[in-house]
Amino acid sequence: MTRDADYDVVVIGGGPAGLAAAIAARKAGADRVLVIERNSEAGGILPQCIHNGFGAIVFGQDLPGPQYALRYSRMAAAEGVQIMLDTFVVEISNERDVYAMSSHGGYVHFRPRAIVLAMGCRERTRAQIRLPGTRAAGVFTAGTVQRLVNIEGYMPGRRFAVLGSGDIGMIMARRLAIEGAEVVGVYELLPYLTGLRRNYVQCLSDYEIPLHLSMTVTNIFGKERVEGIEVSKVDEKLQPIPGTEQAIACDALLLSVGLIPENELSRQIGIEIDPRTSGPRVDSSMATSVPGIFAAGNVTGIYDLVDYVSKAGEVAGYEAAKFAAGVQIATSTNAASDRPAEETLASGAVRVTPGENVGTIIPQLLKVAAGQAERYVTIRPRALIERRVRVSFLDGEREVYGFWETYARPAEMMVHKVDARFSDAIGAVQSRQLEVVIR
Amino acid sequence: MTHEPEVHTIICLRCPRGCEVAVHVDSEGVVSEVSGNGCKLGVQYVTQEVRDPRRILPTTVRVRGGTHPLVAVWTPEPIPRGRLLELARATREIVVDAPVADGQVILKDWMHLGIDLVASGAVDVAS
Repeated sequence: MTRDADYDVVVIGGGPAGLAAAIAARKAGADRVLVIERNSEAGGILPQCIHNGFGAIVFGQDLPGPQYALRYSRMAAAEGVQIMLDTFVVEISNERDVYAMSSHGGYVHFRPRAIVLAMGCRERTRAQIRLPGTRAAGVFTAGTVQRLVNIEGYMPGRRFAVLGSGDIGMIMARRLAIEGAEVVGVYELLPYLTGLRRNYVQCLSDYEIPLHLSMTVTNIFGKERVEGIEVSKVDEKLQPIPGTEQAIACDALLLSVGLIPENELSRQIGIEIDPRTSGPRVDSSMATSVPGIFAAGNVTGIYDLVDYVSKAGEVAGYEAAKFAAGVQIATSTNAASDRPAEETLASGAVRVTPGENVGTIIPQLLKVAAGQAERYVTIRPRALIERRVRVSFLDGEREVYGFWETYARPAEMMVHKVDARFSDAIGAVQSRQLEVVIR
Repeated sequence: MTHEPEVHTIICLRCPRGCEVAVHVDSEGVVSEVSGNGCKLGVQYVTQEVRDPRRILPTTVRVRGGTHPLVAVWTPEPIPRGRLLELARATREIVVDAPVADGQVILKDWMHLGIDLVASGAVDVAS
């Protein structure tokens, strides 16, 4: 086993969050920055996201996913970021020991001065939504089909049904239509579209793919291969209504039923996980509950736009570099690095909790932050409200900060830039606890 | 040519917000009023949309001798919506040789419509 204690920052995951973190860490003065990536290329999911719609905020341009990934890979190379590909991190200790394996490098150990967790997320699978029916081949997650069609060059069916109206589901429905397959319909359990309306127009409506709201898949037919599905209408409690079953002939079913942050490593470290986001609880520096370990991107909770994932990565990388600069080379077990976390709380961090109509908030701990990286607070609404809404940060009943939004939609994360007025409001909070509500 | 004045409701595709924009088209076919748009881009978008709806086509083409069997391509400029599937069919027949650089033009001026198909990814030569 090789041992290399001399990295300033090690980033786990080479997707958009990880690459942005590594680049920011180098720019903030970290000498040796390493990204560990399990895939054989960097970019995370972006190389298979061949549709455009990326980069409006970061680059001011509308780019396809592969292009966005290439730009970040090139920036990382230009900044002298090292990337270790085909390497899987198996364990991280709460003292920042990183153990990883690869066929080319064997078993390796690092003890960097700071770590950024950027493992992204995984798709929810058939088992996780307890979909009934036979075990016939032909049931795929949308991302699996995306990889097969866009990277490997295989068409895994001729006639597809899609469960879930999230963006990935609609984008893949269009993708299959472009490749000449038939898409019989997109079925959505909820009474509203769960993805963006623009994707309904440009992915479904343009390609004459029907959308069926308040419907779900209640059976799958076929022995070796999917031969069809049964769909049913659902009631207000989202339960299938008996007597509304319809048989639909298809040879493949695509699932676009949600994403889950990938936090096996975080749990192993013992990092505090927010049950709402299923990701590490982070503060305005993207610091987790364990000193020297930062987290950014979909690992902290699901984002809508990659641009904001990159922005969060920048904050994490910048802060990781600053942390690394203050840490002595770890020679043995030392607890000296426990100090920054205490400082975080002592310097007036305020915990924000989701209240009325609010699903999730990232970061969960707000503090008055200095530094160059742009910071955002992201809020995902839990209710669909098609009118002007007030987002309020409440100290008891009193609003200490607030802003207006034209509507609240669960499909669209509200992204609010942290400015001086916001920081001042947070800095003045005595109770260290704020509730966020949308009314 | 004159028509009855019409009001179209169009979801703007210029940004993720997806404003629902009402477009009034007068009897001459000219846009007379736009409402519901959140910004100026919305006016541009719906004016184009009622006259000549256009979309971007993202797809892939085959690569011979590359590290990957496909490369991602797109039409950086939107093309007439009615020709999306026609161009998609045409791209399924294309095979390019590795290496392919991002930004490389794969198909120039398709059907003399001024439409270019451009690589958005990169593929190296297989070793």
